Amino acid sequence: MSAVTIPYQLQLRREARSEYIFRFMTMAAALLVLALLAGVLLALLYGGWPALRTFRFGFLTTTIWNPVTEQFGALAPLYGTVITSLLAMLLAVPLAFGIAIFLTETCPLWLRSPISTCIELLAAVPSIVFGIWGLFVLAPVLQHTVQPWLIDTLGDVPGIGKLFRGPPYGIGLMTAGFVLAVMVLPFITSVMREIFLATPRSLKEAAYGLGATQWEVIWDVVLPNARAGAVGGIMLGLGRALGETMAVTFVVGNAHRISGSLLAPGTTISASIANEFTEAVGKLYTSSLIALGLLLFVLTFVIIAAARLLLLRLEARGAQV
Amino acid sequence: MHRIFIMTATVAALALAGAVSGLAMADDISGAGATFPYPVYAKWAEAYKQKTGIGMNYQSIGSGGGIKQIEASTVTFGASDKPLEPADLKQNGLVQWPQIIGGVVPVVNIPGIKPGDLVLDGATVASIYLGEISRWNDPAIKKLNPSLPLPKLDIAPIYRSDGSGTNFLFTNYLSQVSPAFSKTIGANTSVQWPVGIGAKGNEGVANQTAQTSGAIGYVEYAYVKQTNMTYAKLINHDGKTVAPEARTFQAAAANADWERAQGYYLILTNQPGAASWPLTGASFILMHADGKDPNTAPALKFFDWAFKSGQPLAESLDYVPLPANVLKLVEKTWQDSLKVNGSPIWPAK
Repeated sequence: MSAVTIPYQLQLRREARSEYIFRFMTMAAALLVLALLAGVLLALLYGGWPALRTFRFGFLTTTIWNPVTEQFGALAPLYGTVITSLLAMLLAVPLAFGIAIFLTETCPLWLRSPISTCIELLAAVPSIVFGIWGLFVLAPVLQHTVQPWLIDTLGDVPGIGKLFRGPPYGIGLMTAGFVLAVMVLPFITSVMREIFLATPRSLKEAAYGLGATQWEVIWDVVLPNARAGAVGGIMLGLGRALGETMAVTFVVGNAHRISGSLLAPGTTISASIANEFTEAVGKLYTSSLIALGLLLFVLTFVIIAAARLLLLRLEARGAQV
Repeated sequence: MHRIFIMTATVAALALAGAVSGLAMADDISGAGATFPYPVYAKWAEAYKQKTGIGMNYQSIGSGGGIKQIEASTVTFGASDKPLEPADLKQNGLVQWPQIIGGVVPVVNIPGIKPGDLVLDGATVASIYLGEISRWNDPAIKKLNPSLPLPKLDIAPIYRSDGSGTNFLFTNYLSQVSPAFSKTIGANTSVQWPVGIGAKGNEGVANQTAQTSGAIGYVEYAYVKQTNMTYAKLINHDGKTVAPEARTFQAAAANADWERAQGYYLILTNQPGAASWPLTGASFILMHADGKDPNTAPALKFFDWAFKSGQPLAESLDYVPLPANVLKLVEKTWQDSLKVNGSPIWPAK
């Protein structure tokens, strides 16, 4: 009706204005994220400053975490964060890769959507539920079957034997890694599946036409196409593993110590904050906990930056081929 | 597009206005702090609201948070499991008093040992958590339990990983009875443990203890009572063996020298008396002495009601009420210390 009653010029102007408002709103949304991020960084810097000024570089290199004498070093939680996340990736990435390949290439059509739905549902489970499951279900299983077996078989192997020594408590770095693996699995799987699905059909059909086997198609056609996206999915999972708090707190053993064994209790940055922030009294103590948060922020940033760099390299190499 | 935008903005503005007015309308007594007394404070608040129509809103954010919030005057009262030192009270113009008593109980998992079988003393428990005693058949433990068949089993010490009043009571007691513990670990809501593994919350410690053969842990009394865990008896300050019961917690509180403790700065661990449980603690309330908060008098009425009529509720949750002599002292403190422009707030009209 407007086309009849409103002059053409006026309508054009009105549309231009709403375009402008729309563009402004989307930009504002994006800028808001930047502002929030900068705010978080500044708040962490401000809050963590007393600790950083007192301990300086020693904050990163000592394992002492003693609230009584107010001596704080972040090495143990830093170590625990990295080890549990690495372990989670080591378990989850091959698994996610396998699931994604199966779902996109070899799975019967009728089974595809039930499996995909189940994996996506896994992402919707609250982390506290994973924590409770880890503590009450997974930990006893590990303690009574898996860990004694690991100690008996691998404990005496030179080199890696160190990783599997000590009493089987059931909770510790290994359990945290297992729980994290289950938690990040749906994220990595979903991204990988989408990426694999995005392989141009014509390429695959051409390869089959040339007589390639299914394995050859996956390895030589699907994967080179999906490399960059797969790295993105892995990074998404890793980011989640690094920052996960509740589930890890339940099963990591919460000890500010570094011992070579994966069976030993440890702690992570987010678990330390969750455990201690509520009852932390004293400026230096709370400040050290905030500085831990800053450290996690920086760690995550470095990892994302590294992933971006890796992606750029991969793309450059892809372009050369 | 235009119209949708305006509509969304209006809805958002309305929602925001609703949220703000919702906050402003709430006229409940507000408090924040320790997690340990939260269940009983919540229960009291519910019963008090039914009776008087006045609500009490308690955020269990932890003792540290409670102290910060009352110092910033964002709540009417703060709650802490660790009393503030008299100098801190003075500096911030605060008054504190004990509100409810609880205790910490050592629990063990040793094959063949039933609840109450094992007897320990503070020094032995300290040695276990220092890693100096590492087997259950150690001579020090055997000496305290000559008739128990103690196995040659490694001890797995379990501690509370989250900062808590439970940790404070436990480490405070061990620091009093063991110079070595005091020197290397010390007392705090969280400390650096040389051995053992940390579990989160009472339920975490209880579960880890139940799962690990040879484990020793420590949990709140109410938790032991409700789950029938294998608790150990302790030898107290007077050298008597006591079991964790409401009676022994109250004995510790009654035998403590409250009258001479300035600003109730008194920790109930290791108190004298033949029946005193050595790991007893009180949870404290903190309020501003100047009564500038308009909810000061209603809050005092609430606590008064809790002291007088809330005790059966507390007992049903396995908390221990304060003994009568301490209640009298607290009321006197209210009269003497809480004043608006020089005139006492309590007794409130």
